[in-house]
Amino acid sequence: MSDIIFHVFAFLTIGSSVAVVINHNAVNSALAFLVGLFGVAGLFVLLDSFLLAVLMILVYAGAVVALFLFIIMLLDMKGGERNAFSKPTAIAGLIGAALLAVCSTSLAKGFNLLPAADAASVIPVGATLRNYADQLFTVYLLPVQVVGFLLLIAMLGVIVLSKKFEGLEDVK
Amino acid sequence: MSSIGLFHYLMVATLMFSIGFVGVLIRKNTLVIYMCLELMLVASTIALVAFSRFNGTMDGNVFVFFILTVAAAEVAVGLAIIVALFRRRQTVQVDELNALKN
Repeated sequence: MSDIIFHVFAFLTIGSSVAVVINHNAVNSALAFLVGLFGVAGLFVLLDSFLLAVLMILVYAGAVVALFLFIIMLLDMKGGERNAFSKPTAIAGLIGAALLAVCSTSLAKGFNLLPAADAASVIPVGATLRNYADQLFTVYLLPVQVVGFLLLIAMLGVIVLSKKFEGLEDVK
Repeated sequence: MSSIGLFHYLMVATLMFSIGFVGVLIRKNTLVIYMCLELMLVASTIALVAFSRFNGTMDGNVFVFFILTVAAAEVAVGLAIIVALFRRRQTVQVDELNALKN
C-alpha cells in the first residue's frame, strides 16, 4: 500500500517539476511548483518527517510560492517567451541529460556498496518534535543564532533594495 | 514489508535536481529560472531527509530546517533584486539584460 502512495507522490513531484520547466506562462510554472511541493511534503510524510512536511507546506507553499505569484502579477509580463528553442537550448538540454545520466549511473553502481538499509529496522528519529528541539538547542545552537541573524540581514536587505534611489541614470 | 528503499528516494531527488538544472539553463525568464533554482534546493532536501530516515540520525532533518530558513531569506532578497531590475530595465528576460556585453 505504501509503495503505491510513494509512486503517486514521486510521479506528482517529477511531473510537476517537468511542468515548471516546460510551461510558457510564469503563473502556470508557479502553480506547478506548488503542486510539486505538495508531492515533496507527501514524500516527507512517508519518510516519517511530519514536522518537515508541515514546514514545507507552510514556508514554501505558503510564503515562497505566494511571493512568486505576487511578483509575477506585479511585474505583469507579456505571457510567453520568444525564441524558445535555439542552439544554446539544445546544448543545455544535452548537459542536463549528461548530468542525469552520470548521477543515476553512479547512484546505481555505488548503491550496492552501502549496507542494505531497511526503514522498518531503523527508529524514525525525525518523527517526534522533541528530537528537533533537543538537537536545535544543544548541538546546533550556534547555527540557529546565525540563521536568525541571517533573516534579520535579509529583511534589512530587502528594505534597502526596494527603496527608490534618485540620481542614478540607466545603463543602456 | 515495503520494497521502497533509500535508492528510490535518491532517484526521485536526482531526477528533480536534473530537471531543475535543465530549467535553469534553458529558460529565459528570470522568475522561472529562480523557481528552477528552488526546485534544485527542494530536491536536495529530499535526499537529506531520506538519508536521515534510513540511517536513524537527526542531522539531515535539522539541516533541512536550516535549508528552509535560508531558502526563505534567499527568495525574499532575490525577488527584491528582480523587482529593482524590472523597475530599471522594464524587462526580466535574461537575453535582454546584456549591459555587460561588449
